[in-house]
Amino acid sequence: MGKFRKGGKKEMAAVSTASLPDIVFMLLFFFMVATVLRTEEEKVKVVKPKASEIEKIEKKHLIRYINIGPPQDRETFGSEPVIQLNDVFATVQDVQTWVDKERNTMREEEQSKMWVSLKVDQDTKMKVVTDVKQELRKATALKILYSTNERERTGGGN
Amino acid sequence: MSRRSIPEINAGSMADIAFLLLIFWLVTTTIDSDEGIQRQLPPIQPPIENPPVVKQRNIYVVLVNGKDQLLVEGEIMNISKLKEGAKEFLIANGDGLRYPNKGDVENFPVRARVSKADVAQKVADYTQAVATATDENTKKAFEKELEKWEEKAAAIRLLGGDYYELPSSALISMQNDNNTTYDMYIQVQNELQAAVNELRDEISLDKFGITYDELKTRYERKPDDLKLAEQIEAVRAVYPQRISEAEPNETGNMYGN
Repeated sequence: MGKFRKGGKKEMAAVSTASLPDIVFMLLFFFMVATVLRTEEEKVKVVKPKASEIEKIEKKHLIRYINIGPPQDRETFGSEPVIQLNDVFATVQDVQTWVDKERNTMREEEQSKMWVSLKVDQDTKMKVVTDVKQELRKATALKILYSTNERERTGGGN
Repeated sequence: MSRRSIPEINAGSMADIAFLLLIFWLVTTTIDSDEGIQRQLPPIQPPIENPPVVKQRNIYVVLVNGKDQLLVEGEIMNISKLKEGAKEFLIANGDGLRYPNKGDVENFPVRARVSKADVAQKVADYTQAVATATDENTKKAFEKELEKWEEKAAAIRLLGGDYYELPSSALISMQNDNNTTYDMYIQVQNELQAAVNELRDEISLDKFGITYDELKTRYERKPDDLKLAEQIEAVRAVYPQRISEAEPNETGNMYGN
């Protein structure tokens, strides 16, 4: 059978790796588009609760965040839950002024569409959350989102 | 000039550079999902002098204490039963579509019939009223009413028959203690929402072939699709979102406001 060539002297053609950078760049761009830069330092430790009935807010620029949880730096700030607005610790009384300030950073026609996302640690007691909610009501920031992670609906369902 | 071939630049390291960039991005960014349970807080209102008395049967009272225990309608309940309990509250008397109307089951809100003839009559009445209204404010008020009845008419048309609606005072009311953990609060909210969502999904699947969630997603993508909007309204007409929180107050009065 002379169909097969004898002798392995022929060099195998090198696989061109020229397209590899392109592929990696595409990956890079994908991640750049799909992720959000961590704009603010998280000073409180938040383990979000899990829920099944969740909805997503598409327009991210309408969302402002309030973090509530025990401080990351326990030695300096203790372990009681604290409120973090933007980059600083705050008290309940600061919430109203913060809402007004944040609202002024938005375009006028969008101010009424503001969402406040509450990122609260799951072991926090409701006292502080209820207080913050009351302040939000006073500041007429009524659209809120309890930020949670996703889980399956319990008990069969559909 | 001698023609020399330009030596090829080795691009092998490009991949490494790009990988470095990629890994840098992966480390410095977080995929921050803005997902969660959405709620609309009620605006602060001055206390009403004589709040209307709401029938006990129209309120589904859910209390959570500081030890994360549930008291539902006066009985201790495990959270795994809460969803079924809330569903029962909403449909015990039947919506007239998927669940035959039973009229008057004790301790559950009585659903009122929304019949085609009545709604058509109301629509005609209000159309007339809008047309003859002279001053601007009354006209607006009539238009609002007209819109409400037209929505009901659309609901009947889409659902293929008369339905029974919850009384406007029917409510799932939740109140928690200051020491309730946030996790428990979210779980209770989640179960109550699940009850409403499951009922909505059921009827939506039955009448329109897709889940309520899917209806909403499609509507978000095509906000000018009136048919989708009407379908969503129809589902909501039968199963409205009626989850509320009692006013927090320090006197210990559970049913304030």
